[in-house]
Amino acid sequence: MLPNYVPILILGAVALGFSVFTLVLSHLLGRPRPTAAKSEVYECGMPPIGTARERFPIKFYLVCMIFILFDVDAAFFYPWALVFRELGVFGFVEMLVFVGLLGSGFVYAWKVGALDW
Amino acid sequence: MTPVQQELLIATGKVLVFVGVFLGLFSGMTYVERRLLAFMQFRLGPNRVGPFGLLQPVADGIKLFFKEEVMPEGANKWAFMAAPALAIVTAFLAIAVVPYGPTVHLFNRDIPLQIADLDVGVLFLFAISSLGVYGIVMAGWAANNKYTLLGGLRSSAQMFSYELSLGMSWVGAIILAGSFRISDIVASQAGWFIPNWNFFRQAPGFLVYLVAATAEVNRTPFDLPEAETELVAGFHTEYSSMRFALLQMAEYVNMMTVAAVGTSLFFGGWLAPVPGLQHVFGRDIGLLWFLLKMGAGLFFFIWLRGTVPRFRYDQLMNFGWKVLLPLATLNILGTAAWIAFSK
Repeated sequence: MLPNYVPILILGAVALGFSVFTLVLSHLLGRPRPTAAKSEVYECGMPPIGTARERFPIKFYLVCMIFILFDVDAAFFYPWALVFRELGVFGFVEMLVFVGLLGSGFVYAWKVGALDW
Repeated sequence: MTPVQQELLIATGKVLVFVGVFLGLFSGMTYVERRLLAFMQFRLGPNRVGPFGLLQPVADGIKLFFKEEVMPEGANKWAFMAAPALAIVTAFLAIAVVPYGPTVHLFNRDIPLQIADLDVGVLFLFAISSLGVYGIVMAGWAANNKYTLLGGLRSSAQMFSYELSLGMSWVGAIILAGSFRISDIVASQAGWFIPNWNFFRQAPGFLVYLVAATAEVNRTPFDLPEAETELVAGFHTEYSSMRFALLQMAEYVNMMTVAAVGTSLFFGGWLAPVPGLQHVFGRDIGLLWFLLKMGAGLFFFIWLRGTVPRFRYDQLMNFGWKVLLPLATLNILGTAAWIAFSK
């Protein structure tokens, strides 16, 4: 028997090969002929103002950080769900405690306005 | 050939078939979507190329291959070129763990219609669905365009917010099946479709999955990254030619994956809704059932796009964090309480 992940590696290689093939083929068929106007950044037909390498709202960072916190917790649900039938009521109470702790953090984030846009 | 070589050959063949089928479905899907949307809007849609316009996807493909590639000034060249490839590879990786049908007997061998039956299938999906955001953010950032940057950022924030709910929506199904393996989850829904499908046993979970999955694949009403009235075409504004096509393809493959996963986790996968209908003339028609259910899911996406207007961005984020996430958690606790106290 092959290890289970070998077919996935093959799939990844095939997908990569396919994308490289199409990109190269389209590059060869539709040859780029850049001009100054053509390679200008698209800003609805106006001459572009500055670059896009600028600062952007901190909201996005904030969402990412909250996401990482809660994503790890969401991953914790998985092994618990797997063995839940064996744990029974004990597992349920344990999870209530966990969700309570998690929920207090969530309520805090909500109250300080981290979730508002 | 040694057994290992045979297995490798079969695995490769299977991968090629699946990738080919998904590419075929993608081109079919673009036609069906345009056509159905047109009907919903009292238009005709593409009907010139071939009978009923059926060759439209072929024409589009040829056109896109011959289109000129434009690299915007000041773009990060390598990131700009790698983003579409990254998007398509991550999109394709997710199709590996879904069981599409029963085991078929071919060349004196039993071949399961699944690329890899991982024992951590659901976890794998959870991991791969997170990777999808890289391609989009890279595409948005690399182009050095403000619209694409905002589109990419919006998209990433949206996917982060809804991914939590997505990952938690199927925990109820895991509890019921007692396994991460998707084929086990499918098997746990065998029998009559009422009440055995998770669609009925896990109705709130399915609701969360539906909303989160729609947001995850950036479809209407959650297609804010591409809100054309404010962000032009969002993260792929600067893309042309086949690079654009690959990004588009990734989006559709993601959509098909979401439909396939939803079918497996909530609608009994390739199992017939009524036990007697699994075999017709002694043959197992599981694959047909799967395609039927998946097709219904894809039709639903198109229908949704033809019907509902787009969310506003603050509504979208508020809904994801303040409604969907608590609902997903409550669903898990409710399922757990039901299991724990019912025996």
